[in-house]
Parts: sequence; structure tokens; C-alpha cells
Amino acid sequence: MFYREAGQFKATYEADQALFPIRQDRIAMGIILAVAFVAIPLLANDFFLTSIMIPFLVFSLAAIGLNILTGFAGQLSLGSGAFMGVGAYAAYKLTSIFPDANVIVLVLVSGVFSAGIGAVFGLPSLRIKGLYLAVTTLAAQFFLEWCFIRIPWLYNYNASGAIEIPQREVFGVIVTGAEATPLTRYFVVLAITVGLAILVSNIIRGRIGRSWMMIRDMDIAAELMGVRPLQTKLLAFAVSSYICGVAGAMMVFFWLNAAEPSSYSITLSFQILFMVILGGLGSIAGSFLGAAFIWILPVFLRFLPGLFGVEVAAESIQHVTFMIVGALIIFFLIVEPHGLARLWQIGKQKLRVWPFPY
Amino acid sequence: MNAVTAAKVIPAEPVAAPEPQREVLLKVDNVSLSFGGVKAITNISFDIRKGEIRAIIGPNGAGKTSMLNVINGFYHPQEGTITWRGEVRRKMRPYEAASQGIARTFQNVALFKGMTTLDNIMSGRTLKMHRNFFWQVLHYGPARDEEIAHRRKVEDIIDFLEIQAIRKTPVGKLPYGLQKRVELGRALAMEPELLLLDEPMAGMNLEEKEDMSRFILDVNQEFGTTIALIEHDMGVVMDLSDRVVVLDYGKKIADGPPAEVQASQEVIDAYLGVSH
Repeated sequence: MFYREAGQFKATYEADQALFPIRQDRIAMGIILAVAFVAIPLLANDFFLTSIMIPFLVFSLAAIGLNILTGFAGQLSLGSGAFMGVGAYAAYKLTSIFPDANVIVLVLVSGVFSAGIGAVFGLPSLRIKGLYLAVTTLAAQFFLEWCFIRIPWLYNYNASGAIEIPQREVFGVIVTGAEATPLTRYFVVLAITVGLAILVSNIIRGRIGRSWMMIRDMDIAAELMGVRPLQTKLLAFAVSSYICGVAGAMMVFFWLNAAEPSSYSITLSFQILFMVILGGLGSIAGSFLGAAFIWILPVFLRFLPGLFGVEVAAESIQHVTFMIVGALIIFFLIVEPHGLARLWQIGKQKLRVWPFPY
Repeated sequence: MNAVTAAKVIPAEPVAAPEPQREVLLKVDNVSLSFGGVKAITNISFDIRKGEIRAIIGPNGAGKTSMLNVINGFYHPQEGTITWRGEVRRKMRPYEAASQGIARTFQNVALFKGMTTLDNIMSGRTLKMHRNFFWQVLHYGPARDEEIAHRRKVEDIIDFLEIQAIRKTPVGKLPYGLQKRVELGRALAMEPELLLLDEPMAGMNLEEKEDMSRFILDVNQEFGTTIALIEHDMGVVMDLSDRVVVLDYGKKIADGPPAEVQASQEVIDAYLGVSH
């Protein structure tokens, strides 16, 4: 009822092809951005920023990255964790080699290395499809993890085998290292995530995004329309890995401060994949919803008993949280196999025609 | 088939008899194709002239679809040559065929199910869009102008096919007849010189067939597109096409104007069956 586009006439194709053609969507988006950029920094405490918002944004970006590959281009991948790792190690090496360079720029550049490696591991996709491709990307996961452990140059011969992020300043403000304030980190992560999300949605609605979806839906027909399968798939791998790489670099630079090879293990790949599937394949908004579901919900559940003044042992809370989240995942996948994004769309459609059923 | 005959009364075929002077657009010479021991096509030659509607008919398994697949490069024949716009070649490649003006539709609809009607037809414009990755990322300036310009063309096609109402509907949700129409729209968006239609009317009711026949004739006459079509509905074939080639068991058994083919004893035998 509040969500109704009646009376909003579009006189130009520009207006019709805008990112948010419906006025209510634009207003909602404005509110969300205002909350993210103004309300949260004003109201949130450090815990909320470092343990909830920053990881949520990092995972959202990683989920967007994987969604490009799996949701839009239809190539199943289990290597996203490793590609995030490539971004992290690349950014770490870059900042060791160029200590004076702007670290935010370095984080954005580190994705390029990840993109290159992603494209190489995307080569089998020309011949291999579906689950079999997922297995070949597993090779990427294990090979890259091996590199993170066995090539000491990557972690500057650090005795602990981990990468520790040095302190770096941008325009006089400390943005990385232990001294950086959560608020600064939050702003950097938020800006990068929002910026890249907008750029990705631009690609999606243009020729390149369409050719990814063509390959996903019917590769034979796509070839007949003049899409070259190899180039298109490799571009999807590269863009996806770029986004994942930047997310991985942000993960260690602005959230964890230090990372071991095991931070970028297969578990992370699965976590990102679950976010994408649960949030909705082929949806940017779905990536955010999936990340929120998998990351924020458990944290929230853990604090729920405390809010009601109930004393529960920490381990019990942990176990119950696992159970509840697991049950909810199953519940949502049964209700709507296409993910939370589709659920959201159905809800909007219902609002549009309310009070009539259709 | 009333409407189809009606379409004929309106000067549907300005030139009833094929004029020999029309230039040959595509020519296949002695093409043979086999899969292991199965001979799909044996030594077939025929040509398609500019601006005509050429029907390819034959019983099931005669090699009609294989023939189309050879023409647009899905299958590579073991023997024979294909001459496309005067250039002789051993085989076509799908990308080459697409970029040189051959479009097609499929027997069992091959639309992009997850995309809307609009996006499906826009996908036909892929080869005509050239803005590079960086402009696409910004979706601003030249990239957006290009997108809008092509949207305009696509809207023309949507108007032509009378599918304005389903513009934003995912094609997976559309009924079969409309899907076939969207698929025709997608092929038209490529602005092809030669349009290959693989059973455009299979599974349609009379009304939908009438609509489709009208679209095919309009495309042929207004855009001057050459059409090669496979169809099982003989009424449609006889009314629409300028010339017909008949295949049976991978061999060509007749070639000529509809009336002549219809009268051929061999064709009657192939369709009705005859004791060998």
C-alpha cells in the first residue's frame, strides 16, 4: 500500500533503466545510506562496529563477488576464500614494498592480482560445467592455501607464519594497524563496499552483465547471439575474483589486523557460498541479505538471552545458536529456494497490488 | 488455414514464381554430415536466394535441423562446402555466422529463462554494442547512450510483435506461444540477413499460427530478410514459401516451387510411406 508505483510515469528510457526506477525504492535506498553513513557512526559503539558492521560489509562484498560468478554467470565456484586470500596477501606485500603509498589504493589494486589468478583458474570453465567445475575450483582453493603456507616471501618471513598489518596513515588519519579507530575503519569499508556494489550493478545491467546471464541460462543460444564463451566466462572469473580479492584485503586490513593461511580456508569459501545461496543467486541485494543472515543473526542470537536477563552458559548459547541458524537456513530454503532476495521481491509485489491478491 | 490463405490474397508474394536472376545468398554444395556410423546428411546441395522464403521439409529425422546446424556452424560437415555471400568455406563457426548476419530460432525454445522479455531481445543486440568494460562499469555517457539507442530498436521490435505488455516479465513465466514470439524477436534484434526458423509454429493453436505466419511474411517483406524455415504444417509451408526443399533420410528428394514439390511422387511416398 505504501509501495505503489501508480502515477509514476517514465517518459524516457533513461528513467526506465535507472538503478531504482520506483520512487519508493529510491527513498528506501536513501534512508539505508543515511543510516549507514550518519546514524550508525553517531550511535554505534566500538563493539557494534568491529564485530558486526565491518565483518558484515566485508562478507557482503565477498558475496557480491561470488554472486557475479555463480549467480550471474552461472559458474559454480568453491575458490572464493582463496581468491580473498590472494587479495589479502597481495595488499600485504604491496604495502610492505610501498610503505608510503595510500593503503586504500593498495587494497583496491590488490584485487587486480586476485583477478589475474582467478582468470587463470577459470580456464577449465570452457570445458567443464556445474559441479565438476566446482571441483576444479577446489584445486585453486588448495593450491593457493598451500602457497600461503609454503612461500615465506608472501608473509615477509614472519616467524608466526601470519601476516600482521602495519600501521598506515591516509591524509594524516590512521586507517590500519591496531591504533586505527573502529569508526575510521568502518567508513573506509563502507565506502569501498557501497562504491563497488554500485559499479557491479552497472556492469550487470549493461551488455556485459547480459552476456553473463546469457551464458548462464543457455550457453548454446548465447554463442549464436555472438557471445564468445571463453572471453565472457574469464571476464566473469576476473571481475568476481577482483571483488573477492578486495573483500579479502579489507578483511585483514580493516577488521582482523592479522591473518593466517587458515583464515582463507575452504570454510570461508563455503561461508560465502552459503551467503550467496541463502541471499539469492543473481541479486546484489541478496548478497547483503545473505551476509546479514549468516553473520549478524548468530551474533544477535548470542546476545538475546542476556537482553532478557537469562543466565545461560556460553557453550550452550553457542550450540543453540548453531541449531537455530541451521534450522532457519533450512526453513528459508524450503519457503523460497531462490533466496531472501526473491522473498523480498514477492513481498514487494504483494504490497503493490494490496489489498487485492493479484 | 483460412488466415494463411488470406495472407496470400493480400499481395503476400509479390512475385509468385521465383525469379532466377535473384542473387544466391547461401549455397550448400554436396554437404555430408555423419555422427559415427549415423549419416545425418548425405550429399545435399541447395541454395537460398536473397529475399525469398525457403522451406525445408521432410519427415522426422530427415536431417532438417542438422542442416540448419551446419548452416550456422554448430555442426561441421565432413564433406562439402558452404558458400555464404559469395565466400566459399568448409564450415561456419557460430560466432562468425552470428556476426555475418545469420540468426535463428530453435525447435524447442532456447530463450534465456531467467531474463525478462526486454533483456532477451536486448541480448540479440550484443554484437552491435561496442562500449568497453570501463564505460560499462560507469554506465554513463557513451555506454548509456548506446544502451538507450539499442533499447529504442528493441522497442520497435516489441511493437512489431505486439508484446508490449510482457516487456518486463521473465520469459520462463510466459506461455509457449509467446515464448516462440519472443524468440523470433530476439533473432530479429540481430537484424539478420538470413533468418533460420526451426519449426516456428510447432505446438501452436490456429490463432497463434496465423499470427506467426503474418509476422514471418511481414519480416520478409518489410525488412527484406531472407528466411529459411522448417515446418511440419504443410498448409503453412505451401502458402508461405517461395521454394521448398524436401529431405528424407538425409537425402534431398525434391526441390522447387511448392506446387511442383507437392505433386512429386517421391515426396508423397516419403510422407505416406511406401513398401520398398
